[in-house]
Amino acid sequence: MAYEAEIKIVETDVLILGGGMSGCGAAVEAAYWAKPLGLKVTLVDKAALDRAGAVAMGLSAINTYLGMSGRGTYGQWTPADFVRYARTDLMGLLRDDLIFDVGRHVDGTVHLFEEWGLPMWKDENGKYIREGPWQIMINGESYKVIVAEAAKNALGLENIYERVCISHLIPDPNDANRVCGAVGFSVREDKFYVFKAKAIICAMGGAVHVFRPRSQGEGLGRSWYAPWNAGTTYALMMQMGAEMTQMDVRFIPARYKDAYGPVGAWFLLFKSKATNAFGEEYMVTRKEELSKFEPYASMKPLPTCLRNHAMMIEIKEGKAPILMRTPEAIAALAESVPDEKERAKKFKELEAEAWEDFLDMTISQAILWAAENIEPEKEPSEIMPSEPVFIGSHSGSAGAWVCGPSDLMPAEYKDAFPAQYNRMTTVLGLFTCGDGAGASSHKFSSGSFTEGRIAAKAACRFASEVCADYKPEISEDQVMKYREEVYKPFAIFEQFKGATTDPDINPNYIRPHMFMFRLQKIMDEYAGGWANGYVTSDKMLERGLLKIQFLKEDSEKLAAETLHELQRAWENVHRMWMAEAHLRGLLAKKETRYPGYYYKADYPDLDEANKKFTNVRFNPQSGEWEVIERPFIALVD
Amino acid sequence: MPSFVNPEKCDGCKALDKTACQYICPNDLMVLDKEIEKAYNQEPDMCWECYSCVKICPQQAIEVSGYKDFVPLGASVIPMRGTDAIMWTVKFRNGMVKRFKFPIRTTPEGSIRVFEGKPDAKAEDITNELLFGEPDILEVEQLPTL
Repeated sequence: MAYEAEIKIVETDVLILGGGMSGCGAAVEAAYWAKPLGLKVTLVDKAALDRAGAVAMGLSAINTYLGMSGRGTYGQWTPADFVRYARTDLMGLLRDDLIFDVGRHVDGTVHLFEEWGLPMWKDENGKYIREGPWQIMINGESYKVIVAEAAKNALGLENIYERVCISHLIPDPNDANRVCGAVGFSVREDKFYVFKAKAIICAMGGAVHVFRPRSQGEGLGRSWYAPWNAGTTYALMMQMGAEMTQMDVRFIPARYKDAYGPVGAWFLLFKSKATNAFGEEYMVTRKEELSKFEPYASMKPLPTCLRNHAMMIEIKEGKAPILMRTPEAIAALAESVPDEKERAKKFKELEAEAWEDFLDMTISQAILWAAENIEPEKEPSEIMPSEPVFIGSHSGSAGAWVCGPSDLMPAEYKDAFPAQYNRMTTVLGLFTCGDGAGASSHKFSSGSFTEGRIAAKAACRFASEVCADYKPEISEDQVMKYREEVYKPFAIFEQFKGATTDPDINPNYIRPHMFMFRLQKIMDEYAGGWANGYVTSDKMLERGLLKIQFLKEDSEKLAAETLHELQRAWENVHRMWMAEAHLRGLLAKKETRYPGYYYKADYPDLDEANKKFTNVRFNPQSGEWEVIERPFIALVD
Repeated sequence: MPSFVNPEKCDGCKALDKTACQYICPNDLMVLDKEIEKAYNQEPDMCWECYSCVKICPQQAIEVSGYKDFVPLGASVIPMRGTDAIMWTVKFRNGMVKRFKFPIRTTPEGSIRVFEGKPDAKAEDITNELLFGEPDILEVEQLPTL
């Protein structure tokens, strides 16, 4: 039985999927160039723009600001410095051209944010107060609200569709390697949307809840990265046949235990130290063990995965809990003020800063501190590595293999792309940014917005140059087929719900929540989740792929009762695609380059002599996956 | 449960054109029970505790109850979000109370005009690497390259 949702067809030139930081950046930039080029720009998000994306709750810092003009309290960096910093953190293997490109544009983005009304911490000379060398402090509760207002102002509300969940991209009927549209459904009313577009920017965030979280009750939702990041960006691009890079490179954030409160301000701003339960500073005592991963173990700052690795050694030796020594840090900062009255004032300021850090971006951690009567100036707090997440914008780098800017991209990479447009994937007309663009980490919020701008200008150029005479065609027959496919979980529920007395227990179908648990169990146990200390091997990964194939077959039997559950059904299908790509990315990697993120027990060492990108691609015609090797090319020393 | 609704305070946003919490939740969790005209969290184990619903509720009817699989009972963290600042009241399990106030915005709500006072886009500039506002907004003379 087909579900008869009303069909809404929207014709546009540039379609932006996702309204988080990178989607809003794309909206502002596309709106600017669309005017003289006579283009129509449309943005779609499954939530409301004001709080869509990972910055919904706010942030307490902007993590990427070069300060090229000297506006920071210290640190006046060049884009080449930024490349060195990001590449070191990801163990020497990233795309220099993409990182340089974000770096050279990012300061302008930050200056726009301030102009729009984002409160920045400033010193007495009006300079942005740095948290660490690359970060600046903000009062960022309304960070996303402000950025969303700018995007709405630039684009116009009539071009923004909220609460529309995108489920599929549509290939051009005459060219399978070209995208011509996207379909999705309203989560509020019975409307099925077909967007026809010349260029599409896929900016729907990273992937969370692919792995089993440490908390399995109510706390399931307290993932470190936003749980609505369902891997849709990656899944949709892969289904189109886009080549993906570093799909093995998950991120394991080590954060305050359970509520995942941020540690950046504590390490960088407050200069706090972390120790094992016996007060030993494991970054010092474990130096020798880290030397196995030279040259990176001697680099500054020490790569995030190696810091995790040292922590994992401590945990395995029974030296947990690992503690953030907050009282000593606060005391040291307060003691630096000689005057007693001033010192008391400083102490009060530090206390407020410490709480704001949590209240701005991880309120749950403030609840946990209050519930355990923790005053950070009096007692230390436990920190712990979390479950793996996929986030191309932070200290992880999974995402699409994208074209770089014409003045920076090495000639060796050009062949991969059907046309040379910045941030276009290997699929014609399909662009990505933020968490979606791979091998280019450390964008964070400001860099993601910036990369959205970069992608949007290129997409506008593509739409006006390559697509001058192109009209995206989607036949009525195709539209009906997509509608049937999208609402199939409703049909399955209707067909079988009467077979048992409890709609949750039914042998004919699987509901999205249980589907997600099955996926998470497979990934946790076979692909190196937290339960076995992030250890996996080729044999385990191959077994994991077998289990995923069963899950893939069962995805045809997903059942949904409401529009909300239909959204969950498609989100979990997207997570499943991310999971398969991760398993294949890990299988292709014959080394342990990121200890502390994952360990391949059968390849425990770094293979620096064979440093290269091992990309994976799903071929939509044959249904097969392939591994594509690409060289690493350093543009800065 | 993560976010919860006080039935005494929730009026279902009857006077508004949409239910505020249902409109704003990034994970589509808050929903209005039309029969009793009260909102509730339909999938609490997918709640990030982002407080978007708490901050937007015009009746201050929504609070958060820490995840019971790791948070002891008895604490609360309650915001009061204005147009330029947010006030937080943190109540500890042992009864201690701390209050904090932080700025959230330096410009009036709705005042952003992205392109006002900026040079208009020119079609011929679409081929260069400069983005909207550059190089001026970068505060360097030209866009760096290799």
